[in-house]
Amino acid sequence: MKKIKVLVAKAGLDGHDRGAKIIARALRDAGMEVIYTGLHQTPEMIVEAALQEDVNIVAISILSGAHMTIFPKIQELLKKNNREDILISGGGIIPKEDMQELQKKGIGRLFGPGTPTNDVIDYIKSAFKDVLYA
Amino acid sequence: MFYTPDNLKEFDYYKNLGDPGVFPFSRGIHPAMYQGKLWTMRQYAGFGSAKETNTRFKYLLSKGQTGLSIAFDLPTQLGYDSDHPKALGEIGRCGAVVDSLADFEELFQDIPLDKISVSMTINAPALIILAMYIALAEKQNISLNKLQGTIQNDILKEYLARGNYIFPIKVSLKLCIDLIEYASLNLPKWNPISISGYHIREAGANAVQELAFTLANGITYLEEALKRNLKPALFLKGFSFFFASGNNFFEEIAKFRAARFLWANILKEGFKINDPDLIKFKFHAQTSGSALTLQQPLNNIVRVTLQALAAVFGGAQSLHTNSYNEAISLPSEEAVKLALRTQQIIAYESKITETADPLGGSYYLESLTLEMIKKVKAYLKVIQEKGGVISAYEEKYFQTEIQESAYLIQKNIEDKKEIIVGVNEFKEEEEEIFKFQKISSDLEEKQKEKLNLIKSQRDNLKIKEVLKEIKENAKDSLNLMPLILKAVKVYATIGEICGALREVFGEYALREF
Repeated sequence: MKKIKVLVAKAGLDGHDRGAKIIARALRDAGMEVIYTGLHQTPEMIVEAALQEDVNIVAISILSGAHMTIFPKIQELLKKNNREDILISGGGIIPKEDMQELQKKGIGRLFGPGTPTNDVIDYIKSAFKDVLYA
Repeated sequence: MFYTPDNLKEFDYYKNLGDPGVFPFSRGIHPAMYQGKLWTMRQYAGFGSAKETNTRFKYLLSKGQTGLSIAFDLPTQLGYDSDHPKALGEIGRCGAVVDSLADFEELFQDIPLDKISVSMTINAPALIILAMYIALAEKQNISLNKLQGTIQNDILKEYLARGNYIFPIKVSLKLCIDLIEYASLNLPKWNPISISGYHIREAGANAVQELAFTLANGITYLEEALKRNLKPALFLKGFSFFFASGNNFFEEIAKFRAARFLWANILKEGFKINDPDLIKFKFHAQTSGSALTLQQPLNNIVRVTLQALAAVFGGAQSLHTNSYNEAISLPSEEAVKLALRTQQIIAYESKITETADPLGGSYYLESLTLEMIKKVKAYLKVIQEKGGVISAYEEKYFQTEIQESAYLIQKNIEDKKEIIVGVNEFKEEEEEIFKFQKISSDLEEKQKEKLNLIKSQRDNLKIKEVLKEIKENAKDSLNLMPLILKAVKVYATIGEICGALREVFGEYALREF
């Protein structure tokens, strides 16, 4: 069985990656293949890694408030490379109205503080249940 | 479960505690503690433009805050100007934007620099930011020996936990000591470093790791300063510390008391520094940001109150109380006022300030303090055996410790071994909606215009010369501060100066995969 492949990415200048690392580990423990980019990644670097690693999902962690710039930029770059099939999801300090606006633009689910890691795992598994996961 | 004198068999009052104000300062660094002087109420603040942050500062001062603490935005913290591609979307989001001295002039408009103490959370470009503050004071004819405040300048914890580094670690450490040296000779009332456990804790460390790693960093800075032949009598008074105050009430109090005991003993035994004034452990505390919940946000007011209380029982010299809506945004004006009022109620109404170290002698607290000291010493020994902080970091010791702890904490919450009210127990369906701070959408454009204006009005020939001088001398200079000061005075920008240094020193890049 092929594993779901996830790129966990820290976008922008924000250095807080406690959440990103916890998510990376939880997804790994749930049987997915996880790559963590490390800090200070530009949208270009993230998309390049996503293409190179041929992931199913890009999970962005962002706490700096730059989400309204970064999510659309990643989406645009993936589109340019004809990889709209890669799901963009993520989490961090993102106000609800911003989450709704991003989701309207086609970004996947975004998770806020206090989310159990199982909610994220279930979401990813259900998004790819037909394709990959038993 | 309860505690009795049996838990304190090794305990000796004079060895373990001493009176308040007396070595080893476990009970506090002043004999009268808060009866002599209350802690400084210092709310970390900054967002948007320098002007907006100046307005927030004045608001806080008008509500009775007694010191300022500046948050800078991420491009500033990483040495990028507002027109740098990497600054896109980040300007003014996590703090005030600063490109040049012109922004500093607005940031401190109508604030008397000789009367109010100012704390600055800046690390990688700390020399540049302090130079701007000095240049501003000189422009206002304020004598440097009147400037009071703290600059964080704790670069090691950026590598361990916070992630806002620019240069390779050894270069960064050299720049950090440059600042300590310059301040110890020119700014007698300034704390040139605030050695921070806060970010280590927030990254997931437990209280023991927070204290141990912070003390290890403190020892490293002390050793580096001594290698530079700096005089402890001149620089050690400026060593200050910064800790988180989390949910575990008694453990936090024990941590603060243990910190004072350990630092004083390490300096006395390990470094033969005996002057009591030099080995007093001064600290700022901030309530734990990661303990705030998005769910039922008003509950955060109660959490913050308990955490602030622990910091006060622990003998903090200054305190920031978080605002209840910070799990979702920068705090709104009414929320930050309430956080400040929380401190004022503790200070003026609760009467717990009437005696120094009111909990001293408690079987339970003293046992916890002894245990904390023991556990921290064990960590310090491991770090020493690894060859010190930098070599332990290079073998990913701290990162692994912190990650393991963070994951355990998360697991414990998910398994309900730790109860977080409103998150994994006593949950409610309705999500409460509350006001939060917004950043104006035209800020980026306005700031870029301002930057262009500054660049068109200054003497660009001088800028070229001074940047060239920085590049030529960066590697061999004994201390870069005088050159950086020269640059900021002619309105060289933070991006230009850091850019010059990046060319010389290169950047530090950590690859995770």
